Amino acid sequence: MSNSRKPRRDFIKLSAMTLGGVGAASLLIPFISSMNPGKDTLALASTEIDLSPLEEGQSLTVIWRGKPVFIKHRTKSEIDTAKNTSLDELPDAEEDSARVQKDNWLVVLGVCTHLGCVPLGQKASDTKGDYGGWFCPCHGSHYDTSGRIRKGPAPTNLPVPPYVFLTDNRIKIG
Amino acid sequence: MSSDQLQGYKKTLNSPYTGIKGWIDSRLPLIRMMEAEYLKFPVPKSLNYFWSFGGIAMFCLIGLILTGIFLGFHYKPSAEDAFDSVERIMRDVSFGWLIRYLHANLVSFFFIATFIHIFRALYFGSYKAPRELVYIFGLTMFMLMMATAFLGYTLPWGQMSYWGATVITNLFSAIPVVGDAILQLLLGDFTVGDSAVNRFYVLHWLLAFAIVGLVVFHVITLHMTGSNNPTGSEPQSWDETVSFHPYVTIKDLNAALFFFIIMAFILFYYPNILGHSDNYIKANPMITPAHIVPEWYFLPFYAILRAIPDKLGGVIAMFSSILALGLLPWLDTSKVRSCLFRPIWRYCVLLFAVNFLVLMYVGGKPAEDIYVLISRIGTAYWFLFIFVLAPLVGFLETPRQPLTITNYLQSKKA
Repeated sequence: MSNSRKPRRDFIKLSAMTLGGVGAASLLIPFISSMNPGKDTLALASTEIDLSPLEEGQSLTVIWRGKPVFIKHRTKSEIDTAKNTSLDELPDAEEDSARVQKDNWLVVLGVCTHLGCVPLGQKASDTKGDYGGWFCPCHGSHYDTSGRIRKGPAPTNLPVPPYVFLTDNRIKIG
Repeated sequence: MSSDQLQGYKKTLNSPYTGIKGWIDSRLPLIRMMEAEYLKFPVPKSLNYFWSFGGIAMFCLIGLILTGIFLGFHYKPSAEDAFDSVERIMRDVSFGWLIRYLHANLVSFFFIATFIHIFRALYFGSYKAPRELVYIFGLTMFMLMMATAFLGYTLPWGQMSYWGATVITNLFSAIPVVGDAILQLLLGDFTVGDSAVNRFYVLHWLLAFAIVGLVVFHVITLHMTGSNNPTGSEPQSWDETVSFHPYVTIKDLNAALFFFIIMAFILFYYPNILGHSDNYIKANPMITPAHIVPEWYFLPFYAILRAIPDKLGGVIAMFSSILALGLLPWLDTSKVRSCLFRPIWRYCVLLFAVNFLVLMYVGGKPAEDIYVLISRIGTAYWFLFIFVLAPLVGFLETPRQPLTITNYLQSKKA
């Protein structure tokens, strides 16, 4: 008798345990999900900036999602250097035109793609690295005038945040 | 039903004690257990002072938890208040400076004791069968300790706290595809901020008590096999053992006394020497300090991280450097435990210790050519030691016949 009943009992045990296991595991979802950024944090996710005070050659750092965003009013020579760089020289090949909406305005996240330090180069007195853009003091990454990685441990270019020009002199990031 | 038929149904209520002690012990057999495991517990009589550092580490842990509780009464875990509440502890809270300096310096001495404790395990072969689990619980605690120390260091919310937290949490962004999502999940924000300091504070407590829990497992597994000793030979008779109390308790207290005198010297005369002055500047998410250096006890692992030119590769190397040590009980092919009787392996282990200190030194230096080169050599030796030397030396060397505990003690006297 016990032999004929055993597989049936096993089946019931197994399905009950599976169902219970799936149920217990799905209970994890709300808890893990609660650790993500909350709605209030996400609500701060866009910033508007007036660009008119920025002269050519000047830079501005604004905060978006708690991170610095570099806005650079590029000079003619900076634009030309960025445009004339051959893609072969770039570890993370990307055209300058793919990184800007208007040639004279470069908007990038000011967070080194290596381990998250803020690169130097925003102030006139800062070192700008070997490629005239930014230099990260933590582990020595050099970025060019398009915010592209040229030398050092950082794996990718400074990311371009989503932004739109509201007017000629006003942008909204996020 | 006779009591014979129910044998084994209930634990015996008979206690070796009488009176109140017996009443409690027959219901909660803790007194019996503590007596067997601590007072009358036999240990090899050849233990040297290296064997005191486990107990010293435990004293450090207790001290950290006690001081931590009192700091917690005043600390406020938010980006807005954290730095100021720590400054208030330092300036306004009665004896706050003492409690905080104790907490900060005890961590360093906890790591010193633990490093020596791990070296002891490697040199005298305590990791080898049958003590593999003792060793693995130990390494697990070591990793939790590093996590707890890192979390704790972020709490004062100074510049080093903030940027240390940024750099270390960014290690997770090295994970392909899901890295950034995991980072956001860990931080509860897009950057290290208010949300992070709040949960780091909770996790700092949680992991501290997880370590306490693991201490229990570490000790249970140790007490199943008994302590190793300098000879690596198991005791052959009761004559070769002494009772834990009073012999080892007194010896450990003596060692702890010297150890904590040194700590007190640092604590009272150079309380900030093991820290970084930049951490007395409030966290500024817009400015990265020129030289980010982790706490001194992370430097060897930081050197391994920086030795690998690839971001993901560096992270993998750093984590696997400790995980790989956990394989040592199975990779070491020698039948002899103690380095006293292993002519070649002994120098491999000593070199491993020196290499650890060299890595610590270069980890604190800027990532420039010569230091990167040294850290690469050091990293290479770390893994060579575990994966090549441990199996190979076991085959190649001819160990001496290990002395028994009695003969060892006689030879030391002679």
